[in-house]
Amino acid sequence: MTRLHQFAFFDEGSKKEIRRTILKAISIPGYQVPFSSREMPIARGWGTGGLQVTLAIIGQEDVLKVIDQGSDESVNAVNIKKLVEKTTGVTITEKTAEATIIQSRHRIPEQTLTEGQVLVLQVPAPEPLRSVEKSERQTKILHAEEEYSGAWLQLFEQIMKYGQTNTGADHPVYVAGRYVMAPSPIPRFDNHKMNHSEALILLGAGREKKIYAVPPYTDVRSLAFEDYPFTVESFATEACHLCGATDTYLDEIIDADKDKVYYQCNDSHHCLERVNGVIEGKGDISYA
Amino acid sequence: MHDEPILKIQRLEKVFGRGCSHCQHEDTRQLEKNFCPYCGTVYACRNISFELFPGEILGIVGESGSGKSTLMQCLYFDETATGGEMFINHEDFKGKNIFALSNQQKRNVRNHILGMVYQNPTKGLKMNFSSIGNIAEKLIAAGNRHVGEMERVGMELLDKVHIPLFRMKEEPKRFSGGMQQRVQIAKALSNYPPILFLDEVTTGLDLSVQASVLDLIKTIQREMGISMIVVSHDLAVIRMLADRTMVMLNGEVIEAGLTDQVLEDPQDAYTQQLVYSLL
Repeated sequence: MTRLHQFAFFDEGSKKEIRRTILKAISIPGYQVPFSSREMPIARGWGTGGLQVTLAIIGQEDVLKVIDQGSDESVNAVNIKKLVEKTTGVTITEKTAEATIIQSRHRIPEQTLTEGQVLVLQVPAPEPLRSVEKSERQTKILHAEEEYSGAWLQLFEQIMKYGQTNTGADHPVYVAGRYVMAPSPIPRFDNHKMNHSEALILLGAGREKKIYAVPPYTDVRSLAFEDYPFTVESFATEACHLCGATDTYLDEIIDADKDKVYYQCNDSHHCLERVNGVIEGKGDISYA
Repeated sequence: MHDEPILKIQRLEKVFGRGCSHCQHEDTRQLEKNFCPYCGTVYACRNISFELFPGEILGIVGESGSGKSTLMQCLYFDETATGGEMFINHEDFKGKNIFALSNQQKRNVRNHILGMVYQNPTKGLKMNFSSIGNIAEKLIAAGNRHVGEMERVGMELLDKVHIPLFRMKEEPKRFSGGMQQRVQIAKALSNYPPILFLDEVTTGLDLSVQASVLDLIKTIQREMGISMIVVSHDLAVIRMLADRTMVMLNGEVIEAGLTDQVLEDPQDAYTQQLVYSLL
């Protein structure tokens, strides 16, 4: 059978360049390596960084899972899945444990990733110091000299203004005790999953043309002051209205018609598996 | 007076440009003011040597373009000195030429030993961050990771520079020029640096505010024993603050001595002109 295009969309030269960038990124944990981000069939800002990483590392035996904000079925995830499936023919799955490559936007799956898996995160803004320093030239110098007052200052300002750090997502982390890194807009809830992760984590920013990485078993610490320890989002006593989970990241859903607020697992696949009794977790399953 | 200088500068040079056969040799160079008429290379600071003693205020006067600010920027590492040596009498850096250290080490010197107040507050402050945050920035850079402690130090300093504490969480962009300058001084003082650089701090402030800022500087020097280098083109400021004074012209120090001596009995023709042009 003749294929209409290269395997995994890219020509071999492009894949080689991206793979070389990835290797460098893995060698220097948390360091943003520039690469020649390519034009993709989807627009920049819609996951082209993650997509390029996925296409560069995927092989015929790989099994791919793509999620967007915890959901396997949102438009962005479905489109990326379709593109990769069409150009590679690899198996697509929704099961976290089955996948060898998981491309994600805004979440790290609830189920702990294991050795041999690769998590690819889509990154809109890779530079953690950007809001205090506009110039790329200057931020490069700041990283080189390990001068991260700017990142700390942002947290200090939040504490001064709101009495606590209020980073909704993308709370900066120290990687391997050297580079401060933007973990991509995952909630603080997911930050600890990066610390000593068994799976390799690759982060791709298409618009900003940067790739960086957290190799397996790397120290990843969330920035926090001595007297204001790092905290994650709290859902108090709420539980998922579908699977009853109390140990997962919940979405708040407001039903305006019934004037009711209810909570639901953000990771849709994890929720489904719990309902089906495939996996266990904290909290009772209620069929209310 | 103490014998050991806290800061020693030897043969500091700052050149902008590559230089040419006409100006590369110090002895034969023919400059027009401070630049080479053949290649346009600017010799902003030439062969500047001086010492600063503990608790002393050293004044630097000179017309605009004489190299005062460039000198300060070299001392604070905003600009890289082209040549020369800098020594600081501090246990960690004894006998080491500070200019030859890595950028990371220079940053360390800057965060722990030096303080700087710029002429323009936008250079020394982050205008969109709170005043207390601006002070904390310097403390964070010096390694502090305790919010409560930084807040306490910040409040103490803001109080010292007479910023009402109920405005400490406001951004300096909402402050008057004099207040901004005082926040900058508080920031520079936050890690109690033994050496403080003040670059035209009162220029552009109205007289009563000038007086209160000068008063503040003098008080800080007396109470905390900080050594300072004060750059100004205003002789009244120099007369009030400085123990010793250097006069700069076209990138060179043309006269130096006790402030009273220099201002009452100037030796160099330019200094005489400068002193007598005082209205």
